[in-house]
Amino acid sequence: MCLGIPSKVIEVDPAFQTGRIDYLGTKIKTNFALLDDVKIGDWVIVHAGFAISRLDEADALETLDMLREMAEKS
Amino acid sequence: MRPMNGFRDKRVIAALLEKIAERRRGLTSPVRIMEVCGTHTMTIHRHGLKGLLEAAGVEMVSGPGCPVCITPNEIHEAALGLVTGRENTVLATFGDMTRVPTRRGSLQAAVPARGSEVKVVYSPEESIALARKSPGKDVVFFGVGFETTIPSIAFMAKSAAAERLANYSILSALWLIPPPLKAILESGEVRISGFLYPGHVSAIIGTAPYEFIARDHGFPGAVAGFEPGDILLGILSVLDQIREGKPRVANEYTRVVRQDGNPVARALMAEMLEPMDACWRGLGVIPASGLKLKPALAAFDAESKYGLRIEPRSADLPGCRCGDVLRGLIAPPECPLFSRTCKPDSPYGPCMVSFEGACLVYHKYGAPRP
Amino acid sequence: MSRISLELGSGGKSMRDFIAGKILPAFGNRELAGLLDASHLPGGIAFTTDSYVVDPIFFPGGDIGKLAVNGTVNDLVVSGAAPRFLSLGLILEEGLEEADLDRILRSIRTAAAAAGVRIVTGDTKVVRQGQGDKIYINTSGIGKVVAVPRPRSVRPGDRIILTGTLGEHSLAILTARGDFGIEAPVRSDCAPLIFLLPFWKSGVLWMRDITRGGLATILTELAEQAPHPLIIEEESIPLSRAVRAAADLLGIDPLYLACEGRAVAVVPEKKAAAVLAGIRKHPLGRRAAIIGRVDGTTGRPGELLLRTASGGLRLLEPLTSELLPRIC
Repeated sequence: MCLGIPSKVIEVDPAFQTGRIDYLGTKIKTNFALLDDVKIGDWVIVHAGFAISRLDEADALETLDMLREMAEKS
Repeated sequence: MRPMNGFRDKRVIAALLEKIAERRRGLTSPVRIMEVCGTHTMTIHRHGLKGLLEAAGVEMVSGPGCPVCITPNEIHEAALGLVTGRENTVLATFGDMTRVPTRRGSLQAAVPARGSEVKVVYSPEESIALARKSPGKDVVFFGVGFETTIPSIAFMAKSAAAERLANYSILSALWLIPPPLKAILESGEVRISGFLYPGHVSAIIGTAPYEFIARDHGFPGAVAGFEPGDILLGILSVLDQIREGKPRVANEYTRVVRQDGNPVARALMAEMLEPMDACWRGLGVIPASGLKLKPALAAFDAESKYGLRIEPRSADLPGCRCGDVLRGLIAPPECPLFSRTCKPDSPYGPCMVSFEGACLVYHKYGAPRP
Repeated sequence: MSRISLELGSGGKSMRDFIAGKILPAFGNRELAGLLDASHLPGGIAFTTDSYVVDPIFFPGGDIGKLAVNGTVNDLVVSGAAPRFLSLGLILEEGLEEADLDRILRSIRTAAAAAGVRIVTGDTKVVRQGQGDKIYINTSGIGKVVAVPRPRSVRPGDRIILTGTLGEHSLAILTARGDFGIEAPVRSDCAPLIFLLPFWKSGVLWMRDITRGGLATILTELAEQAPHPLIIEEESIPLSRAVRAAADLLGIDPLYLACEGRAVAVVPEKKAAAVLAGIRKHPLGRRAAIIGRVDGTTGRPGELLLRTASGGLRLLEPLTSELLPRIC
């Protein structure tokens, strides 16, 4: 029930705090009222049609690098 | 390329499991980690991690974080009563809710009254859109969830009030994660070595609300994300804390969880909702563990709008020992109700409702096996 | 005072219970008891029937007419029969646009020609507005038996072949309905499976088309009949990008999504490579893959296991309930 997917913002209607996100080419209507100042190109976590958090891209890449390194070492 | 493929890579998983097994070998007592969140339970199940972790010497226990499971029977039955008893009523809810068995059947097996229907939605927004486009129908959003979902339900209340949408209301069952953890920890002996804290609940509430668990009760824990790699990173952190004897609240999901969570979402919750002592299925009444719409929003609160008298009683579950199962004190068959009056199609406690609940798994497959 | 609920029609456990508890006891006979997609009758004939109530009636990649032909054709093919003749029963709702009906009839004609079947008998009824949903179609099909499926003869080492990607039909219907605010670049996989007929002669032991309940449900039914457990590999299962995305977003497992032009087959190990190569030559089988095997060492008889991409093992169960609205 707490499913949340990292997706990219592709459309924002600031008047209604809504828009759409893209995940692997599939688009879904999303509400941005729970985040300040969402812009096209932002990465967000979407849960039940609401963006609940921003995704820190640099942080994600850092973790992925760390994991990749761990896999290569073992 | 899926953005999170790297967190699912087989070699990454193998490397993490090896590290977990290595850390585990240094510890003498059994390691049982409670994944508090139902979505963690789901990920562990979907990816077959439970068996892999058992082989590495770590037992996972499902905690109280499945909102569908801990919502008392009486609330499910109230939802069922609305759509079967009232004409032209649309009960909109998440797919998860429609399968829950009650003494009167499940929502998906219900035959609605004339002109009524159960409508599965992905977003609460769809429920309010239904109300806008069908003025002749009464739309009730059966909104159930933890802190991850609550802000969006609060937003629905705010929108409905702003639009004075007379044919829209919310039947809410809103649950908070920290209070039941506190209740479990304060109720006596707990045979758990540490906690995996929910990632997306924490995206809203931050990490501070778990501090008491490390500080006052001495249990290690880590906030984790929802990819297999995320979960294993969380477990690794818990093992490190056990080994070092320094319990804390680690954040292994920093790409999403900020220390102070999401203040905008919390402000919206505070604006629309107020705390209540809530009755948890199988755990009883826990002080300030739930939220409800503020009295000013009574027109949009299905409970007052339709004069529902929902009286969830923990006494409803005489003999249910889900609390003890959750604390690791007993195995499911030691509960007097297990597989007798409490079965998958007529469950008493949450451990028999949740598809990965300890009791359901035990009922279906017998004792744990690889 | 029990009444019929939508759940009964979901293709899940309650429908199976209904068939076992009400239909079989009422009409039980040898042919029906097999519960095959089509029954084999004396004289080398196979016979099947299916009704189509899909909403919406037009969707990306097909419509209710194409579905009504291919669904029945495919039931014959996977039962080991070459489809020959179809009946066509139409139930129309008063007020249906004639242009829509014409479009559906043209689509039926095209699909029948493509599958090499002739529509030889039919019936039309009209019901009052509100008593039906635009159009319902029933088709029955007769085919010539070319092989007898042998699910009990599968042996450890036999390979499980999937003829293409999963779930596009489910997703196309969902998208066409506008449900969940989702927009996915996807078309229904609705297609006739007659190209699979020759493989009955190349060693296929068992075959099913993947409709309601999805791959997992259909393979659990084989697992129940087979003397050995089945194991499939998550990494080998072909999925389109759109289905992966929708499954992640909506929290749906693609293993339970419906197709209308895919099948799964069991083939002895020695013949598997040749059968796979043959299937892949056909445009509808380009993404076919060996996704698993009958296993003598892992699990217990009756079980269907999934080796996950992370390396874990998971027991798969039949679909017990429907998360999605009506899809076929």
